[in-house]
Amino acid sequence: MKALKNAFREILRYPAAVGGLVILFLLIVAAISAMIFIPYDEAISLWRGDEAVVYTNPKAVPPAWMNFFTSEKLPVTQVINSVDSPKVERVVEPHSDGTTDITLTYTFDFEYDRFYPEMVLYFDTTFDTKQPFVAIRWVTPDGTEIRVADIGVDRSLSYRFAQDDKLTRRLGGEVAEIGLFKVPDSDPPVPQKGTYQMRLEGLTFEPDSTIEAELVMYGMVHGLAGTDHLRRDLLTPLLWGIPIALSFGLVASLGISILGMAIAAVGVWYGGWIDEVIQRITEVNLVLPFLPILIMIGTFYNRSIWLMLGVTILLSIFGGQVKQNRAIFLQIKETTYVEAAKAYGASDMRIIFLYLIPRIIPVIIPALVAGIPGFVFLEAALAVLGLGDPVLPTWGKVINDASNNGALFRGLYYWVLEPAALLALTGLAFAMLGFSLDRVFNPRLREA
Amino acid sequence: MENIQKTDQNQVNTMDNASKNNGTPLLSLKNLHVWFELKRWGFAHAGYVRAVDDVSFDLHRGDAIAIVGESGSGKTSLMKTILGINRPIKGDIFFDGQSLSELNPRQLREFRSKIGFVQQDPYGALPPFMSVRRILSEPLIINGIKDPDEREERIRKVMSEVKLNPVDDFIEKFPHMLSGGQQQRVVIARAMILGPKLIVADEPVSMLDASVRVEILKLLENLQHSHDLAVIYITHDLSTVRYFSERIFVMYAGQLIEKSSVDGILSNHLHPYTDALLKGTSEPDANNAKIFKEVPPGEPPSLVNPPKGCRFHPRCAKMIDGLCNVEDPPEFEPAEPGHLTFCWLYKQNGHES
Repeated sequence: MKALKNAFREILRYPAAVGGLVILFLLIVAAISAMIFIPYDEAISLWRGDEAVVYTNPKAVPPAWMNFFTSEKLPVTQVINSVDSPKVERVVEPHSDGTTDITLTYTFDFEYDRFYPEMVLYFDTTFDTKQPFVAIRWVTPDGTEIRVADIGVDRSLSYRFAQDDKLTRRLGGEVAEIGLFKVPDSDPPVPQKGTYQMRLEGLTFEPDSTIEAELVMYGMVHGLAGTDHLRRDLLTPLLWGIPIALSFGLVASLGISILGMAIAAVGVWYGGWIDEVIQRITEVNLVLPFLPILIMIGTFYNRSIWLMLGVTILLSIFGGQVKQNRAIFLQIKETTYVEAAKAYGASDMRIIFLYLIPRIIPVIIPALVAGIPGFVFLEAALAVLGLGDPVLPTWGKVINDASNNGALFRGLYYWVLEPAALLALTGLAFAMLGFSLDRVFNPRLREA
Repeated sequence: MENIQKTDQNQVNTMDNASKNNGTPLLSLKNLHVWFELKRWGFAHAGYVRAVDDVSFDLHRGDAIAIVGESGSGKTSLMKTILGINRPIKGDIFFDGQSLSELNPRQLREFRSKIGFVQQDPYGALPPFMSVRRILSEPLIINGIKDPDEREERIRKVMSEVKLNPVDDFIEKFPHMLSGGQQQRVVIARAMILGPKLIVADEPVSMLDASVRVEILKLLENLQHSHDLAVIYITHDLSTVRYFSERIFVMYAGQLIEKSSVDGILSNHLHPYTDALLKGTSEPDANNAKIFKEVPPGEPPSLVNPPKGCRFHPRCAKMIDGLCNVEDPPEFEPAEPGHLTFCWLYKQNGHES
């Protein structure tokens, strides 16, 4: 215990270790907050990409912070819902004949250098038999009023600005997303910055009939992490990928190290046929093709990440680790203090656990820590090969989607670079920590 | 023929010791054979390494003996067998009249607690990751002393006995913080902590500085007298034997070839191998640098396939053809009583018992 405390104090003398610990700490904080703020069920639903959840996201766009690095500001998604948005002003005027005038005025700013690629108005109305009527009017910053459309609104109508041919004709052949925002008579079209207004002048014909509408202007950048081809916000898989990757790496590395150590210790201590059997199993296991077996299991049985974890551990406990540890144990077994322990009557188990294993811990711990990223990468590699968990959002799945959708050919670098950066960061943290631990535990490597 | 000789040997031993010390011996080795099996392809039998071949002797309470021999003569295998680490293939060890081969594992542990073990390399003999307190409490924990206060008391007592004073300065230390002499004192303390009746010391001072050697040997001598301990002192260095051993056994190729008092060996050794061994011991005399010492040619024989007859005969200048290379020599007592040797040279003047 005291030795551990001393080792920890010793670690803090290495800048690399402190750096590794800081990165690791940030990753863990991110993982915990992801699990708190995006509960598991919500994360799964976000990742499944249900239409109801993701319909307000643009398709495959970079993160919003890209705007900090470019002089040309790309439009950011704006979602204005008449139900709860303060940007909507509502005027209701009932008439004696049972009809009602409902006027919804949407006011919003537009300060970008490019046009929105897509705009949709989602209506949500209630009525019994006679559907309400809505006149859509558009007011640009210079005061020009444009008639957009006069339509009868069904219960859930999606009015897509670009698909209204009459509007396009009225705007002089320009699609609505450009025509409504451009500086008049500019050619090529230049966006006009300022405060816009959209007015919905509705008329209902029944006393309890209502009109609500959600204006969605899909941006060219979105959120903290961008979105993928299914409009899913990449923040979910990137954040939820942290706990999954860390636990996969940690459990695999820990399991393999501890089991491998125990197997090597038992083999060395009892020797004879037990050692022989362990050695032969290890040698056979070492030549078994690891990846093809995983691919076979993933294809024919189940692709659950936890099954993959179990198979990885099973296939690796009789691995190189056993050979490595065996070499060290053989040396320790012959030391005279083990002989002395035998002479004063220590039992086999006592010698293995209190005399052999404490000597190997300094070798195991750095190797264990430095080995974690290997398994994190393995999980990502499996996902890229199409063997990712079908349910859980992981970094590897993001990279897999990106490669399947030609992210790099389409210039969507963020899609590959974000999960790759997180993978690299994880690897860096554990490598820095592992190498420093190696120096702490193996004083011969220590700097003078 | 061989069987008869062995019976004879036993009789000599019993008679010899009975005359000196009454009662059952503390430790008694009877025709002890420690052979290690050689295997081919992991299972097929391919012969034995005869590390200890037909060794018998008795040891009484308070006696100290030295076993002398060169490397590979079977000293260490003999010691490990006495400690219960190696199992004899033939013959038996009796401790306090109790046969070791009849003990169950629990009794074997109890038996081991009655023997203290002092090793050659004190640093290697102490687990580097344990403090002195932990090192000394291990034997106590294993032997069922559960009360921590009692353990602490016994640890402190034994530490002051081996002169690790003041105890508080040493009890928290780790082996690498101690000097060689202090480490060896911890090893001795560990050997003493269970209150043994016998101490087996395997070259306890060969790794220490000359200045510390005498102190450690004196410490062992004091402990031997104050606790009435039997001591088996294993060494290849004849110069340290005199400190507390009364008798010397010379070992060659797995067998005892001469048993004598210390003075008997030093003044009047009988066996040609003992002669060679003593000649090999260097004295700090400047003239020695110019003298070429006569050493027997060749090397110790293979223990897998030892020479027929006397094992020293291929290297012996006084070999009698037709006798030494044919028959095992019996035990002769040509000089003073209690000085025994296995050598055909004494067939005429020694009375073969």
